[in-house]
Amino acid sequence: MSDPINLIANWLQGLLLGLGLSVGLTKIILSFVGAVVVATIGMLTVIFLIWLERKIAGRIQDRLGPNRAGPYGLLQPFADVIKILTKEYTTPDGADVVVYNIAPIMAVASVLLIWAVIPFASTVVGTNLNVGVLYIMAVGAFGLLSILMAGLSSNNKFALLGAFRSVAQLISYEIPMVVSLLMPVIFARSMGLVDIVEAQMPWFIILSPLAALIFIIASMAEVNRAPFDLMEAESEIVAGFHIEYSGMKFGMFYVGEFLHVFTVGALVATLFLGGWRGPWAEQYPILGLIYFYIKTFVGYFIVAWVRLTVPRIRIDQMLDFNWKFLTPLSLVLLIITAVLDRVLVLVNSERWVYSLVMFLANILIIWATVEVLKKTTSKPKRKEFPMRPVAMAPETSTSTEPSS
Amino acid sequence: MTGMDSLFLIFAVITLISAFLVVTTKNLFHAALWLIMTLFGVAAIYVLLNAFYLAVIQVIVYIGAIAILMIFAIMLTQRVMNPSGRIFNKNWIIAALLGAFMFIGLVIISMQTGASKTTLPQISGQLDTVSELGQALVSPNAYVIPFEVASVLLLAALIGAIFVSRKR
Amino acid sequence: MAIEFLPIAILFVLAIALAVFIVFLGSIFGPKRYINTKMMPYESGMTPIGPGTRRMNVRFYLIAVLFILFDIEVIFFLPWAVVFRSLGLFALIEMLVFIGILLVGYVYAWKKGALEWE
Repeated sequence: MSDPINLIANWLQGLLLGLGLSVGLTKIILSFVGAVVVATIGMLTVIFLIWLERKIAGRIQDRLGPNRAGPYGLLQPFADVIKILTKEYTTPDGADVVVYNIAPIMAVASVLLIWAVIPFASTVVGTNLNVGVLYIMAVGAFGLLSILMAGLSSNNKFALLGAFRSVAQLISYEIPMVVSLLMPVIFARSMGLVDIVEAQMPWFIILSPLAALIFIIASMAEVNRAPFDLMEAESEIVAGFHIEYSGMKFGMFYVGEFLHVFTVGALVATLFLGGWRGPWAEQYPILGLIYFYIKTFVGYFIVAWVRLTVPRIRIDQMLDFNWKFLTPLSLVLLIITAVLDRVLVLVNSERWVYSLVMFLANILIIWATVEVLKKTTSKPKRKEFPMRPVAMAPETSTSTEPSS
Repeated sequence: MTGMDSLFLIFAVITLISAFLVVTTKNLFHAALWLIMTLFGVAAIYVLLNAFYLAVIQVIVYIGAIAILMIFAIMLTQRVMNPSGRIFNKNWIIAALLGAFMFIGLVIISMQTGASKTTLPQISGQLDTVSELGQALVSPNAYVIPFEVASVLLLAALIGAIFVSRKR
Repeated sequence: MAIEFLPIAILFVLAIALAVFIVFLGSIFGPKRYINTKMMPYESGMTPIGPGTRRMNVRFYLIAVLFILFDIEVIFFLPWAVVFRSLGLFALIEMLVFIGILLVGYVYAWKKGALEWE
């Protein structure tokens, strides 16, 4: 009774074997059912997320958010789906039709694929890959490709420029992202996400808060969310790479983006917030699933919160921030973490000493970084303009000349 | 293991067909996409050989980086998407002959050494290939010299790229 | 065995099928009214001038080159990070040398202005 999901899976397996199917076929069917469940949950979560994010956005920006369709506007996403389904597909003249149509499908599929390796609970995981961390990066490559395909096949200058900006951003931020992913790998001594979750006796965010921070920032850039949404800078290039897409084809990009943000939340939860870990999660895996979902929403909320708070950055700022700040910082963090880990293992320190030293080292790096930034960055010169009256009252002034 | 064999055949055929289309497609962008398909097929064959790390690296480096670089390079050329001009120049017969000779030579060599008959060596389930690779990369009696030389090579490539593309 | 990739392959096929199905639904329910001007590429309401795809700035290419080099170096770190705790001091120094060479290139790139956008 403690593990309903595996109970169902075992029951199904028994049923299929009872029908006289071979073991291999049963495994395939079970994986298929699991994949259907994951894909369905993913899609349903997106529908909920669209409502949630619009509601959060409304509250943060001092508005009400959707509140017409259904209680608290809960039916708003369904109304949106119906509306978007009944829109016409327009394919621009001169578009590269096949590539143009493959791109939105790949955008969604590339994000859904990440969910195959995420451990939802102690017993619920699609597959325990020993290269899980790298697999996530590899799947990201397909997302990159879908953007490039959309931009190049649309026969539109804005789409092309948006795609190039966005790909330049994605590939740049991949480097601090991989380096920050190295910290959990060092702590867990494994690249498998299942092993990483199981190794988190203190959560890895305590062992390396800076790595978690770098990972979240880099992920925000990876999902093309504000402040890193240069690719769809409305005032410059209208909508970026998906400018020529309409109806559900645009919807695919939209769903892909939301799903990707949610996936980032799931990755933050898995890598740094202990995944399904929590009180009694080992005995009752269903509890682990709930913990995992709560942590994922925390990660999601952080990304949404930043998106709604910070203005968009320019492309040169985006590149400077990555190449001159995040990349060296993450490399420094890697060196210090590796050396400290070596020393601490050598002196055979207790678990809590290890955690404390790691935590303090991270805090020290953050402090030093802030100090260095204070010293080296030149403050933007503010030109002081003297106050000048816009309009003069004719009789009060003795001189008609404004006092310059 | 006929299931594995048939999967291998499917991916091999996909790889070969898309590789053929890379060289025969006139549109450069399409050629790059077919190249990506080829690389993906190779990654799938790596998976069938249990080389997960290699497969994932294949996707990250070749599809996620080098193919992107190629598309960026295509966008630097003059007539970007214009499928004009000939694919073959006057040397194509010599090139085709050379390619055919290479292929025949490879087939003969693999026949003679018995490489075509070798079955996939069984890897035990306990063996963690990633940590094996990590140990091999940094242990003094394995690949430590190539590993460090690789870093110097990458440094040289970095300096070269900057030198070529910097403003004068 | 490659059985670890079975769920991934199935999810891959299913995700594509799902996306194709949803896009297909859109083509059932959506209207199809073809007007010449509607199918024009968007260019702020003007008739598009010139082809949609044109040459891009060389800067994007330079970023891609930088990315590839750093990416390959970083990927070498991963198998090392898995095992370095059990390998002794040599592996650590080994990797510090590797990072050191990487940093030389990085400093060169910075000094030569390859990291600047403008």
